Amino acid sequence: MNIALVEYGAGNLPSVERALSRLGVQSRRASAPEALAGCDALILPGVGHFGALMRSLSERSLVKPLREAATQGTPLLGICLGLQAMFATSDEAPGDAGLALFPQKVSALPPAGRLPHMGWNQLRRARPSRLLEGVPEDAYFYFAHSYAALDAGEAGVAYCDHCAPFVAVLEEKNVFATQFHPEKSGPVGAQILANFLRQAEKKGRG
Amino acid sequence: MSLAHRIIPCLDTDGERVVKGVNFVNLRDAGDPAALAARYNIEGADELVVLDIAASRDHRPTFLATIRRVAAELAIPLTAGGGVANVDEGRAILRAGADKLTVNTAAIRNPKLLTELAAEFGSQAVVLAIDAKRVGDRWEAFVRGGSVPTGIDAVAWARQGVDCGAGEILITSMDKDGTRSGFDCPLTAAISAAVSVPVIASGGADTPATFLEVFRDGRADAALAASIFHDSIQGLGELKHYLSEQNIAVRETA
Repeated sequence: MNIALVEYGAGNLPSVERALSRLGVQSRRASAPEALAGCDALILPGVGHFGALMRSLSERSLVKPLREAATQGTPLLGICLGLQAMFATSDEAPGDAGLALFPQKVSALPPAGRLPHMGWNQLRRARPSRLLEGVPEDAYFYFAHSYAALDAGEAGVAYCDHCAPFVAVLEEKNVFATQFHPEKSGPVGAQILANFLRQAEKKGRG
Repeated sequence: MSLAHRIIPCLDTDGERVVKGVNFVNLRDAGDPAALAARYNIEGADELVVLDIAASRDHRPTFLATIRRVAAELAIPLTAGGGVANVDEGRAILRAGADKLTVNTAAIRNPKLLTELAAEFGSQAVVLAIDAKRVGDRWEAFVRGGSVPTGIDAVAWARQGVDCGAGEILITSMDKDGTRSGFDCPLTAAISAAVSVPVIASGGADTPATFLEVFRDGRADAALAASIFHDSIQGLGELKHYLSEQNIAVRETA
């Protein structure tokens, strides 16, 4: 299976690579448009700042190829800031456009509790989810963020509550994303990645 | 549904080996960091902290190698630090595989360092570590591994540190550290009330009841301990089960 991790100068690629390799999958890093071509699946990991991420993708001419891959059916998984990048805009960097795979925006979580939202939290499921198949209802996942998408329409399949309800798992056709870090979420996180890889396999068999 | 209280084993290292001591002195060898990391990853630790308490420039490459070895064992978050004095050193630690970094002495000397680190890596990656000791009716921050008093009020410093960009506070009670006499709940509660970010309590961990106290009375979001875990005095699973029975939200693993 040909899995590409989008490399844009930030993000925590090694931990995602290790999590995939524990599942028996070798991935490669893609930092140029041509490297995105022909892969069975794409992962957009992310930590840091929305504006820095979008500018970095833009400098590497990756915005358009990423959008095309997503609209042409390549399985795509966004992680944390990678989920946020899929939206149109973010309060974190109002001047920078996101990938706009979803029309909604990313908001600052209201200061109704401790922020950043840091640590292990549970999910509230709203719709059937392919990523969450086989994952216990009460499982905990690792979050580390201060911004979140409060709404993603039908694509929001699971939510988390901290300061406000926000989208924790996003799914629409071939596009998937988690606000938490599956690569840092122990065995249940590995299950999420395995479920995503199954989607890539289906694409590979095509 | 609520955010779980985190239990965090801490590996104090001399850069290469895990060491331990009482009140920051009399250090002795306590094992290989990667081996301990592998054990805690399986036993249900919510996060791991690795500190270079020697923090000498000469040993920095050794410590970075240790971070890489530890990170390779983990499917949970890793925080690392010790002697971080600028953005480049912070970047090296994150590149080696840490998700967050701690800063202590250098931030007191130059609080803007917190702002620079937060701008570069995000507040969620910047943990302000404070070593505090009771002096009269307040707590004073100490630096350089707890050896140098600063005259700075620890609670005020925590508040300022958060204003500057710290996304989390790791508060260590020097009075309690290594004593196994319970966490410093008044100190932790004072810090917790002063800041809006998560607070990790450190120093004095002993029985499961001491963890209950620091979560309930100290208002801690996370509790850190070293020797009781390294020496298998306290099992992580058993500790979390106890807390869960006391209605403290924790992540119990199978």
